[in-house]
Amino acid sequence: MKKTFIGQNPSVMWFLLALAVFTLAVTLLSEATGIGIISTSFVKTLGKTLCLCLVAVAMDVVWGYCGILSLGHFAFFGIGGYAIGMWLMYARTESIVLESLVGQPIPPTPQEISDAIGNQIFGVVGSSEFPAIWAFADSLVLQLLMIVLVPGLLALIFGWLAFRSRVTGVYLSILTQAMTLALALYLFQNDSGLRGNNGLSGLQNIPGFENTSQAWVSVIFFWASALALAAGYLFFAWVVSGKMGSVVKGIRDNEARVRFLGYHVESYKLFIFTITAIVAAIAGALYYPQAGIINPGEITPIASIYLAVWVAIGGRGRLYGAVIGAAFVSLLSSWFTGGGAPDIPLGFYTIQWTDWWLVLLGVSFVAVTLFFPKGIGGLFDYLVRKPS
Amino acid sequence: MSMLLEVDGVSVTFDGFRAINNLSINFAKAELRAIIGPNGAGKTTFMDIVTGKTKPDEGKVIWGDRNVSLLGMSESQIAREGIGRKFQKPTVFEAQTVRQNLAMALKTKRGPFAVLTHRKTVENGTRIEEVAEQVGLTEQLTRTAGELSHGQKQWLEIGMLLAQDPRLMLVDEPAAGMTPEEREKTTDILREAAKTRAVVVVEHDMEFVRRLECKVTVLHEGSVLAEGSLDQVTSNQTVIDVYLGRGHA
Amino acid sequence: MFRRLLLVLVSLCVLALPERAAAETLQDILQTHQAEVAKPGRRSVGVVLDDLVASGLPQALPFLEAWRDREIVQRDIDGLFFRAVDEGLLDLDTGAVLPVTDTSQVRPNGGVRRAIGDALVQFQLSDPNISKRLAAVEAIERSMDASQLAPLRASIDGETDPGLKVVKTRLAGMLAARFADDPAVRIDAIKALSGDLSVDVRATLNQILATTFVLERSADSDANIKDRYFGGTEAYPLAQAKPLLTEAGLFTPPTTASDLRNALTSRIEDGAVAGIPVAKLDTQETRRVAYDRLAAAGTVPPFSEPIETWDWDPSHISVGDYVVLEVYTEADPAITKAARTTLTAIEQKVAMSQAVDLGLDALSLASIYFLAAIGLAITFGVMGVINMAHGEFIMMGAYTGYVVQLFVPDYTLSILVALPLAFAITFGAGVAMERLVIRWLYHRPLETLLATFGISIALQQLAKNIFGTQARPLTSPAWLDGALVFNDVIAISYIRIAIFVLALLFLAVILFVLKRTRLGLEVRAVTQNPGMAASMGINPDRINMLTFGLGSGIAGIAGVAIGLYAKVTSEMGADYIVQSFMTVVVGGVGNVWGTLAGASLIGFLQKGIEWFNPSNTLAAQTYMILFIILFIQFRPKGIVALKGRAAAD
Repeated sequence: MKKTFIGQNPSVMWFLLALAVFTLAVTLLSEATGIGIISTSFVKTLGKTLCLCLVAVAMDVVWGYCGILSLGHFAFFGIGGYAIGMWLMYARTESIVLESLVGQPIPPTPQEISDAIGNQIFGVVGSSEFPAIWAFADSLVLQLLMIVLVPGLLALIFGWLAFRSRVTGVYLSILTQAMTLALALYLFQNDSGLRGNNGLSGLQNIPGFENTSQAWVSVIFFWASALALAAGYLFFAWVVSGKMGSVVKGIRDNEARVRFLGYHVESYKLFIFTITAIVAAIAGALYYPQAGIINPGEITPIASIYLAVWVAIGGRGRLYGAVIGAAFVSLLSSWFTGGGAPDIPLGFYTIQWTDWWLVLLGVSFVAVTLFFPKGIGGLFDYLVRKPS
Repeated sequence: MSMLLEVDGVSVTFDGFRAINNLSINFAKAELRAIIGPNGAGKTTFMDIVTGKTKPDEGKVIWGDRNVSLLGMSESQIAREGIGRKFQKPTVFEAQTVRQNLAMALKTKRGPFAVLTHRKTVENGTRIEEVAEQVGLTEQLTRTAGELSHGQKQWLEIGMLLAQDPRLMLVDEPAAGMTPEEREKTTDILREAAKTRAVVVVEHDMEFVRRLECKVTVLHEGSVLAEGSLDQVTSNQTVIDVYLGRGHA
Repeated sequence: MFRRLLLVLVSLCVLALPERAAAETLQDILQTHQAEVAKPGRRSVGVVLDDLVASGLPQALPFLEAWRDREIVQRDIDGLFFRAVDEGLLDLDTGAVLPVTDTSQVRPNGGVRRAIGDALVQFQLSDPNISKRLAAVEAIERSMDASQLAPLRASIDGETDPGLKVVKTRLAGMLAARFADDPAVRIDAIKALSGDLSVDVRATLNQILATTFVLERSADSDANIKDRYFGGTEAYPLAQAKPLLTEAGLFTPPTTASDLRNALTSRIEDGAVAGIPVAKLDTQETRRVAYDRLAAAGTVPPFSEPIETWDWDPSHISVGDYVVLEVYTEADPAITKAARTTLTAIEQKVAMSQAVDLGLDALSLASIYFLAAIGLAITFGVMGVINMAHGEFIMMGAYTGYVVQLFVPDYTLSILVALPLAFAITFGAGVAMERLVIRWLYHRPLETLLATFGISIALQQLAKNIFGTQARPLTSPAWLDGALVFNDVIAISYIRIAIFVLALLFLAVILFVLKRTRLGLEVRAVTQNPGMAASMGINPDRINMLTFGLGSGIAGIAGVAIGLYAKVTSEMGADYIVQSFMTVVVGGVGNVWGTLAGASLIGFLQKGIEWFNPSNTLAAQTYMILFIILFIQFRPKGIVALKGRAAAD
């Protein structure tokens, strides 16, 4: 069945092919194989970019296909990061604590170990008790489950409330933004149980990989991210093709008409909202071990708006557009803000891109919205030359 | 005789304006009915009430053999009960092909998971082609709906109604903006459809109504003013005063 | 008139004093009491001090200070007293410096020095220099000692400064409440405090009501008992009683996990403790077994089970016929009763005042939200345009105020210049934005949201590039400094009052513009039916432009007001944008009254939640947003629902 599906959607095949070639090329040129043309830190950047592409694909499905401009999907991304971060931090701290307790005259009890870990993790917020939300942090399997369950349930409850009362359009955007803000403010508190604005750190140290070089760890995560992106892309391409795609696009274009055709619009929105939230969280869970640190600042509403910006620049309503937008803007952004772009001396003033990049982004974003509503992906229409 | 839809003593008020006033109207299981009336007579509001978009302040709306009330149901539930609606302004999904439009309307399972795992079947394909044939869009099946002419869009929407296979079709101004030939074809489609189900047509155009050759209900100020054949109602003095007279003045 | 007369009288007295004192010198008085001065004792020093105070000599004050500071010496040959300075000996009356000879230092002990200090206070309390008197009163406020009551009282009648007189009287009242000899006087003094909500009065009363815990054999006691606790009740004040119980041997502190570990660690023999190999001691259970074996052998005290403080089990304490008494340090029950009654009354008043104060706080927060949101209510509410750059217009207004202050140093004038200028600048920016961007997106609201967001990040970064990242001050005029104080609890700063007044003014102006002017009529016409309005000769383009300009201009003025109250940074707009949108949505889109209702609801709600948990503003905001999300479920169209272009879906 998949064969026919890909056969019917050649763009999916091309995308997967390009992704495979890219992944292989990066692996071969990385420091892990000894060639080292691509530095380890750049492999990490590329791996993170793939995760951003995945969350952008999810955003494109919920916004570009279903018409819900959610300003909360980066919050789900962050929740995924926190969920995996809790396990990473717990497991890492546990191994450090066990090491430090080796020299004790009598071996430590489980309670003492747990207290020491708690002290290590929550010392910065003046606490040593494990909050209830850390109940599963010692188990990788359960915590992996949390990556899916927590954002899934949150999206389900929030979406059910919002869609049920028929909040649509910009109102829904504002409501999702409010949800994101509430979550960020909650996490900023010291007694949130997630270390307040310190966030979770040291996530790049993967327990069990202590003896593997960072070069290989980065390549492994790069592969995992590429796989996740491929799987996510395939999954969503399947969802938005076929009849589901018809209904979802119908909801975007005329919700009332779909309703009078007998479809329970709210269920469809809820379905799309929730699965995209879950995929966003999975992307986050792969992103933050590569970034090494997560804090509430990452979850503020502005991050979700940037996500929408990527999708809009890449081109809404086509999955590869979201990938192009996320990759293009985020890489360009790190090039400009990382000092990679040359300054422009004007004689009386020198434009330093670290200062002016956001101005450029803002203005070009306005330009894209006004003049190229189809985004970069729209250029492909000229290449393919569909009859119009 | 058991009715398909019984609207009984329904009233609805918007900000002090009584759009529907103690309206009672019935439809049989297989009939063609035209509803006429001046602007603001409550024709569209009546459809809104039947399809669940507007909740009335009082009255009953009883549906089908099991005599269930439609008032507690959502729009999509009512649609699944077998009431289809065509809007005044043609509303089709312009970004999708005619086939996709019809496929979406086709009477299949409506749940998200059923739709997600939905697979194309031969029967469904045949059914789509039949409907397309009925509304004369066989040639256009692969075209994007947005590219169709105004009349074709109207037909596509009627086709979507037929694909839904409803027991009651509410059709709002199907002939608006059509050429005389197109109108004739629309009349044929509707009369054909009314053989097996109830079809209610709201229309301004008297010529079009005449061609439907059916029972006519005149609405005025939110209630039924007259009912009967077109000739009967057009000779009714009250109808002439409030509606026709004004129109021909 | 009366005051002038009093002043004359007082100055006459002051003049008269040295007249009488001229008869004798300070040295004369000291020589009269030579022995008491040279070897002062706590009892004997009183006579000297009385005489010195009575003399009214101006030299007496520096002498007392020197005496207290152990700088006074006695010349051995004639027994005269001098002050020892670096150059030699200072004559106490004339101030002449004499050559150094054999002297012995006068060493008053601690008690004497305290007595001298009290006498000094007495001097200072009547010092002609008001700042000295003030300092003396402050010294009394800090120490609150029984001995200060009498001198303080004595100085009240002679006090010339009416303000200081009030302070002195009040202080004397508090001292009397605590230290007056006659119980009736004390009770009166305590009752007199009842109108005063200040913290120090409450502290005074609490000190009168201070208690200690004692363990007694019998519940009957002559002491002034506040409460009796028998063993084993839930309300047992375990924390206070524990030391007493432990001391009496009635309570053994529980053996903690670390006690256990330390006990075992120090008794490891050949890799085992009490026969259990060390490697096995990695659970609490085996450790306990090892400990119990040690205890059985008598090497450690028996294990004492841990006791949860509030999960009190009486079986752990053999209290028997003991009773823990909570006893007032004040012995007289009549006094503690009066203090109790007065304190309760005061605390009730304080609670009420706090509620009022919270209401005022909420009101001012609501006016800030209203100011921030009202411009948005026009652009979003009336026109249905989402403007994410609204916050940046607020920021532009605030920076306008800052720049104006750089050129106009007079703060009052600069604010008067800044308000219209901020309006003009943001009006212009709003019109430009409407013409260049928003006009093209009227039928794509979600894209308006994103395009204006692009403008927002560009403007924010631009402000950062121009003004830097640090906060810039926007100073309010001096007449807005300070606060309107109603009592010790209720106070509201003038700047908040000004913001409140400004908010009311805005409300009035906007209502006037929308309801009473041609522009308002046209705006409403375009809102309700743009097509019809156009056919009536109204130019919707022009109306949209002006409306958007108006909304933006108001944001600019709000920016100046918010800048006065908070810091001016490039990110200040972003802090308000989400709240502003929620204010508009909660209130009901397209209605100025709705915005007012929304701002009030959010302001009062946030302060109300903060009241339950004052230390955590973040939590209050979180819960408030959650409340709003839920609120919108039940009233999707806001508090004041309206029909219009924006209300239709």
